[in-house]
Amino acid sequence: MYAQMVETGAKRVKTLEEMSPEERAFQERIDAEVKIEPKNWMPDAYRKTLIRQISQHAHSEIVGMLPEGNWVTRAPTFKRKLQLMAKIQDEAGHGMYLYSAMETLGADRDEEVEKLHNGRAKYSSIFNYPTLNWADMGAVGWLVDGAAIVNQVVLQRTSYGPYSRAMIRICKEESFHQRQGYEILLTMMQEGNEAQKEMVQDAINRLWWPALMMFGPSDADSPNSAQSMAWKIKRHTNDELRQRFIDQTVPQLEFLGCTAPDPDLKWNEERGHYDFGEIQWEEFYEVIKGNGPCNRERIETRRNAIEDGTWVREAAVAFAEKKKKQQAAA
Amino acid sequence: MTKYDDLIEYLLRVGDSAVVKGQRLCEWCGNAPALEEEMALMNVGLDLIGQARNWLDYAAELIDDGRDADQLAYCRDERAYRNLLLVEQPNGDFAVTMAKQFFYDAWQYHMLQGLVESSDERVAAIAAKALKEVTYHLRRSSEWVQRLGDGTEESHQRMVAGVEEVWRFTCELTVGDEVEQRLAEAGVIPAPEAIAEAWKATVSEVLTAATLTVPEEARSFYLNGRNGVHSEHLGILLAEMQFLQRAYPNATW
Repeated sequence: MYAQMVETGAKRVKTLEEMSPEERAFQERIDAEVKIEPKNWMPDAYRKTLIRQISQHAHSEIVGMLPEGNWVTRAPTFKRKLQLMAKIQDEAGHGMYLYSAMETLGADRDEEVEKLHNGRAKYSSIFNYPTLNWADMGAVGWLVDGAAIVNQVVLQRTSYGPYSRAMIRICKEESFHQRQGYEILLTMMQEGNEAQKEMVQDAINRLWWPALMMFGPSDADSPNSAQSMAWKIKRHTNDELRQRFIDQTVPQLEFLGCTAPDPDLKWNEERGHYDFGEIQWEEFYEVIKGNGPCNRERIETRRNAIEDGTWVREAAVAFAEKKKKQQAAA
Repeated sequence: MTKYDDLIEYLLRVGDSAVVKGQRLCEWCGNAPALEEEMALMNVGLDLIGQARNWLDYAAELIDDGRDADQLAYCRDERAYRNLLLVEQPNGDFAVTMAKQFFYDAWQYHMLQGLVESSDERVAAIAAKALKEVTYHLRRSSEWVQRLGDGTEESHQRMVAGVEEVWRFTCELTVGDEVEQRLAEAGVIPAPEAIAEAWKATVSEVLTAATLTVPEEARSFYLNGRNGVHSEHLGILLAEMQFLQRAYPNATW
């Protein structure tokens, strides 16, 4: 999940009777599964929540390029290098596509990016963890893109039209990334040497819990969920999605011949789901607050890229204006 | 000398240049001046790494000593690398990167236009695919050189400095050696003089449009990428790129 803990500004969900006629018409439209489009009336809080969620999602795509950028110069073969470069390029594309969806709500891309740089906007906590061996490129694809897909498949039915359509397009590419990531790990486990197998297990040990945290706090501590669910911005709770992810991932983990760093992970016949251990929420909140292992570096890199590139963007604008004037004069 | 020695040498030159240029573009990941450029730089890099693989695949087949394209790229030392000096130079700022890119794109474009007519079918086929990509690369880098050269005062100064920084390495783009002369005579590659003339014309046209001065022709001195006499930058670049293959020899990835 690339958007976590999105603030809705609502303490509780209004009933239909408490709503103004406009709000009621809006809610009835959502209840009838009719998409909300940019020109439709929408409550201010719905607009703001969506801007927060979509911008967070876009920021995550962009910041998410950095842990992969750490290995793209060291990819071991032509095939792996080409795959990783293509994945990174897709992510930049997703970022641009999502910023465009966000702009249909009247938000400004530069302003929202500035919020990322000054720490007021969030992005997925997972990208604040370092990538420390090549197997991380597999594990990120498999677990991180995998977790993102579980959330995004549901978001294809989200109530806001442009966001929903962005998700449909993005999901196709993410599924491809996930399969590629898994294939990196499978190759290392089945055809690799001992050192490579250790890399895979090490990557899983480090990324397993942070991947589970991607779904956000447990439902009991997720005060904004009810309003987001009523607006159908969100369609399942954090815990439901986390469980779905674990249930589909454990068999893949076993097929790899690896283990999860969770002694409590076991199949519960009665529930028809896997039970799993307690997530270290303290770590999650620390990372969200900016105290994760790479928060500072990630933001610094992004801020420097945009600041160092100011003169380039100014030149492009100045040149375009010159050309426009020349054409007008001709 | 076998029938293929010259061709192998040439394939390594074009393949190595593409892989090194692609590697430099990977270094931009996350650092580009705009999101659109983030995509474009990676896209061009992706094309070049793909081209490198095609050239080195063919080289490996002709060398026929059990090595494949990966081993050629990831297990040769800098003295065995045959790339142009231009492409191994550090990225610098966006102006230096664009100067390097433009000079290289213009050279690739004119070379590939000749190579699609190659008497060697495989070379012609690889070139035809690459030419489509490089036509776009050249358009893009030409536009950036003009935007930066004729943009703001600052961008102009930076573009002047960028051209100045890398110009001396363009000597290799305008002078062929005996290997290339022989291949040209056999109709495998276009005549080096013809590429040089076309390259100079494109460079002159774009730099002039960008309000930049075309420097005097660069003269070669000591360094020679085609013979494996590189600047110090290449060894470091390869150390990073080749790390996994070197640390875990013969591993499958």
